[in-house]
Amino acid sequence: MTINRRIFLGSTVAITTSLCAPAVLTAQGRPQVVVVGGGAGGATAARYIANDSQGAVDVTLIEPTRAYYTCFFSNLYLGGFRDYESLGHSYGTLAADYGINVVHDWAIAVDRDTKTVRLAGGGSVPYDRLVLSPGIDFIEDSVPGWSLAAQNAMPHAYKAGSQTQLLRAQIAAMPEGGTFAMVAPPNPYRCPPGPYERVSMVAHMLRETNPTARILIADPKESFSKQALFEDGWERHYPGMIQRIGPDFGGGSVEVDAQAMTLSIDGQVENVDVCNVIPAQRAGSIAFAAGITDGDWVPVSAYDMSSRADPEIYVLGDSAAQGAMPKSGFSANSQAKVAANAILAALTDARAFPARFSNTCWSLIDTDDGIKVGATYAASDEGIVSVDSFVSQLDETAELRAQTYRESIDWYTAITSDMFG
Amino acid sequence: MSARQILTGALALTALATPITALADVVRGEALFRPCRACHMIGEGAVHRVGPDLNGLVGRRIGSAAGYEYSDDLTEAGAEGEIWTDETLDRFLAGPRAYFPGTNMVFRGITASEDRAALIAYLSAEGGAPDGAAQTGGTDIDPEIATILEIEGDIAYGAYLSSECTACHRAAGGTDIPSIAGLAPSVFIAGLLSYRNGTRQHLVMNALAQRLGDEEIAALAAYFASAE
Ligand SMILES: Cc1cc2nc3c(=O)[nH]c(=O)nc-3n(C[C@H](O)[C@H](O)[C@H](O)COP(=O)(O)OP(=O)(O)OC[C@H]3O[C@@H](n4cnc5c(N)ncnc54)[C@H](O)[C@@H]3O)c2cc1C
Ligand code: HEC
Ligand code: HEC
Repeated sequence: MTINRRIFLGSTVAITTSLCAPAVLTAQGRPQVVVVGGGAGGATAARYIANDSQGAVDVTLIEPTRAYYTCFFSNLYLGGFRDYESLGHSYGTLAADYGINVVHDWAIAVDRDTKTVRLAGGGSVPYDRLVLSPGIDFIEDSVPGWSLAAQNAMPHAYKAGSQTQLLRAQIAAMPEGGTFAMVAPPNPYRCPPGPYERVSMVAHMLRETNPTARILIADPKESFSKQALFEDGWERHYPGMIQRIGPDFGGGSVEVDAQAMTLSIDGQVENVDVCNVIPAQRAGSIAFAAGITDGDWVPVSAYDMSSRADPEIYVLGDSAAQGAMPKSGFSANSQAKVAANAILAALTDARAFPARFSNTCWSLIDTDDGIKVGATYAASDEGIVSVDSFVSQLDETAELRAQTYRESIDWYTAITSDMFG
Repeated sequence: MSARQILTGALALTALATPITALADVVRGEALFRPCRACHMIGEGAVHRVGPDLNGLVGRRIGSAAGYEYSDDLTEAGAEGEIWTDETLDRFLAGPRAYFPGTNMVFRGITASEDRAALIAYLSAEGGAPDGAAQTGGTDIDPEIATILEIEGDIAYGAYLSSECTACHRAAGGTDIPSIAGLAPSVFIAGLLSYRNGTRQHLVMNALAQRLGDEEIAALAAYFASAE
């Protein structure tokens, strides 16, 4: 059997049966989809809509940065397992091979009556369907003493790029026997195992370069993702190095002073050398500007990821309040495919298929010690619900852990080419 | 029986006469065959699954079991007259990809040469010679796979479903997440069935396959097959 590898590689190939008269006509004669945010959700949605419609739909992707640095695997960079360049991805293929109009600008407003998106650079773009996948923004006063103005002294490194490099440089500059502190975020936040994978990677780095250093986590949550697996791993690989202070001991009432480099936990003041503050999070600002949020997030229909406030706007990834899926790159990618199918069905004569989602999040604890957690999901009136789930076990063989890690490397290559072509 | 088959049969017999067929080896080989069972059957009633039925293996042409769709690499080797002997099997089991870069067999290989020898002893003892009695089931296809092969798959649905797979499976394949492009439909279906029914264990693939109905597996298989 021969397979058309182009489909798998992703250049332009029709996979929907036939594409003729679009249901919505614009001035240019082609329906227009505007995607705000070229991350895990947005890049995937843009690529699938452009590819599957074979040019029948005009796709514009609005993204301020020229290279997207993935948050996923940024912890592995902190641990010395990846170099920084390997995290960066350009939009060149999406523009050149998929015919997507990539506009490097910020979207600053959405006019839902005239169906246009306004750009910081002055222009505005009309849409028939709008996709928002702007990731997260921080709730600045969630950690007293911290604000975006303090992010150079106390980096969050929870949006990748220069923040991640800064955090790594600060870890490298820690004095012998110094203290790395993390203020962990309250639920819900992007990548539930992310802070704890980060602690593992920082511990790995410190064990090599600064073995008497210690790691202190102030955590407002009772428990966290894959907790038993992480704690078992910390005990085996980094005994005595990591101390986590949960809410029972004041982990939820912290205050920082970026000038004095202190962290106070329940009134007890600690001098720290690095302070990684991961604040509480909310939907990206453009979702608030569009007026479709409820509380901190955007409620969406689980059947197609459309906003409950405006069915012509689809919200993907971290910004969406969708139900049971964790905020992850894998989830955003999975949701993007469901939304792309719904949008194509609305704008062309492509068929609509029932929503189905899945997620897997891998974490690395130490060299060749990988774990994973994941689930399959379905849509319901109440939101996305979990169908079946799985998680690595405590008693796995070293070979299985190594295999899990190698698998995550394959996943990274696959998902980034699924996003960027 | 053709002259050629008699000849290969004779080769198999010489192979059987070598000392590696010691009983202890066969017993140890049976234990070593356990991971192979995720994809292969051997002995009475064996049929093709993800991998071909291994009855009558030692002495037969590479890639020649009737009714099984091999990769081009194995088919070509067989067409050139290459035969499964102790030596070729030893080389293959040490590293399937090192021997046949395009093989569909996803298996890292067995490092210890004594283990490979024991396994080969088991394969020839359990599977018999080519055209031997044990091989009668060789051309049959697993009834569960046959049922799905008969369903006319909905290609457009398969294309949509395949988008769940591309988060992990790339056309080029990786070291631990294999390529699933270019697998023959029967092999592809057998793979998903083995995850769905648990004969093959993998946390992610078991969860994903368990919610694929026969129609969905047929749609996915049709999609991969239809793309020219
Ligand atoms: C340390 C860490 C580790 C992680 N590890 C994993 C992991 O192993 N696996 C996993 O699946 N996930 C992981 N994640 C989570 C993952 O990174 C996010 O869940 C995912 O990126 C969310 O996708 P998104 O499309 O919602 O947002 P993003 O990927 O953040 O993309 C948003 C994009 O929108 C752009 N944007 C924002 N506002 C505007 C605007 N107004 N106009 C135009 N553009 C705008 C931004 O520049 C950005 O490029 C990790 C996250 C962190 C922080
Ligand atoms: C993950 C599934 C899988 C596992 C596990 C597996 N195989 Fe295979 N095997 C295959 C597939 C698929 C083929 C067909 C390869 C091709 O067409 O390239 C194959 C082919 C073979 C062949 C060639 C058969 C022929 O007719 O030419 C032999 C021999 C073989 N396998 C032996 C083994 C042994 C022994 C083991 C265990 C150590 C094993 N395999 C484990 C899937 C598997
Ligand atoms: C989260 C990652 C992930 C996703 C998503 C995924 N797979 Fe897999 N798949 C794997 C891994 C890892 C393996 C190897 C597992 C093993 O060792 O048995 C695999 C193996 C397979 C195999 C066996 C290949 C062979 O040659 O033996 C098939 C067939 C397969 N997957 C099909 C699919 C299909 C179809 C989908 C989409 C419905 C899918 N997979 C989605 C990770 C994934």
